[in-house]
Amino acid sequence: MDFQPTEERRMLADMVAKFVQNDYPMKARLDAGATDLGYSPRAYMQMAELGLIGAMFDEDIGGFGGAGFDIATLFTELGKGLVNEPLSDTALASGFILAKTGHLGLVEQIISGKERVALALIENGADYDWTMPETLATLLDGAWQLTGSKTSVKFAYGVDAVIVSARTSTSDGISLFLINASATGMAQHQFQTVDGGSACDIELNRTPAILLGLEGCSYETLDAAAARSTLAICAEALGIMDSIKTMTVDYLRTRQQFGTVLGKFQALQHRTAQMLLEIEQAKSAVTNAAKDLDAPTDERNRAISAAKYSIGRIGCYVAEEAIQLHGGIGMTWEYDLGHFAKRLVMIDHEWGDQDHHLMRYAQS
Amino acid sequence: MRPIRTLEGGHEVNEVFFTDVRVPASNLVGEENKGWTYAKYLLAHERNGIANVGISNQKLSRLKRLSLTQKRSGKPLAEDPLFAVRLARLEIELRNLETTNLRVLDGFSKGAGPGPESSMLKIIGSELEQNFDDLTRRALGRHAQAHTPEVFEPGYNGPQVAPKNMANQSAAYFNKRKVSIYGGSNEIQKNIITKMILEL
Repeated sequence: MDFQPTEERRMLADMVAKFVQNDYPMKARLDAGATDLGYSPRAYMQMAELGLIGAMFDEDIGGFGGAGFDIATLFTELGKGLVNEPLSDTALASGFILAKTGHLGLVEQIISGKERVALALIENGADYDWTMPETLATLLDGAWQLTGSKTSVKFAYGVDAVIVSARTSTSDGISLFLINASATGMAQHQFQTVDGGSACDIELNRTPAILLGLEGCSYETLDAAAARSTLAICAEALGIMDSIKTMTVDYLRTRQQFGTVLGKFQALQHRTAQMLLEIEQAKSAVTNAAKDLDAPTDERNRAISAAKYSIGRIGCYVAEEAIQLHGGIGMTWEYDLGHFAKRLVMIDHEWGDQDHHLMRYAQS
Repeated sequence: MRPIRTLEGGHEVNEVFFTDVRVPASNLVGEENKGWTYAKYLLAHERNGIANVGISNQKLSRLKRLSLTQKRSGKPLAEDPLFAVRLARLEIELRNLETTNLRVLDGFSKGAGPGPESSMLKIIGSELEQNFDDLTRRALGRHAQAHTPEVFEPGYNGPQVAPKNMANQSAAYFNKRKVSIYGGSNEIQKNIITKMILEL
């Protein structure tokens, strides 16, 4: 296996790194994270114009990438800069579903950054398990209406449309529906997230919706979309860990304590070395998942679950260890580490946590 | 005095600067140059407190109740084998710590008061408390992301995302990373154990 990135992917990585360095100051990121929207629409549009959304999609649907390694390369670099704009939440999975169900016009709008579409799957009672929606769709005079509730829909505030999973009165299989943001009977409760961002609980009451694909037959499409988003946040976590490692090593090299730099204490050296090798293992897990993103379903899902479990376990460990190695300064808002650590731990709460994926792997 | 905001957004600590502050000589506590000796005595007591066995017991009960109401795939979280194992591990650690704590206190009552054994209690107790906050965060699933302190404001009657007393659980988890850093970091406690108990 050739582990060197292609020329195109190296250029993509360089472009994102430059964007983060020149146009993405931490203060602006934190300020935007505290708004109802939870991110900067200007930065989102800038990234769309750079082609970063296009990099997540195949050429035949208007993108110029779309492979596992394109997604992994992009999100690793975004993670390094703690970029908050919801490329995975309002473009990646929804764009994939819309492409699979023939809505190419909307995919084009998503790639251009002009339209953002959230994906609402999670319900109270099932939590990480999106395979059993209780939200009910009924057909009335040839038009679909949805009733039910979805929770913790990341970055759903201010989107143009929402894709919602549901069962129908005639099929227990999963169906997917597109709901316009201004549709009647939809109520959103927006709230902030602890990692600096926004999410919504959504109530649907006989809300008009458009069926995507065939009734009751969307499990495969949704599973493939989930795999793409899961890979994206695993790669994001990897980028975050890379930045945390750099911050921690720099701190150990410069912080004086007991008459010498912290990095001279063997107890801390060994812990930092352990952190490094765990991060290398996480990188391999993401590499495996990127490689198998378009493999047969079982193979793909095993690689995705292995990666999400590894990222969940290692991410929480790295976040906690890095704060401890820093000491008091790692506990402060004004030092960047804490913000990276919060996002890293919260990634374990998206698309299934480490226990969820460990069990899925064991049972596959 | 300069406020220091902690990583989860709270404010409980400050940076305090002293420049040419005049203090009457009669305000000297004890004898001159004995401050560190007094402080070490106090710190040994503080470390017993940081073991927080009572608080961990409270967190255990709260977590057990939560595991009956939180659901995964339609079933109570308490029935999830991986969660049940995580919870059992913490409960066993806590029962062990209770007895370790009592054994150390028994030693103090027969000897000259708190000694380096306090460092053991501080390390075990602080990490256990952190682990309870960690597992409570995990138990909340997707709702762990919610940061909704507004629900605690008087008169709030809007929607709730997480169960009400859990509305800031992840913020609490991040805030509690401090307990293995303050009171003498756990690394410092290990140095004390190495030097004073193991005599290495």
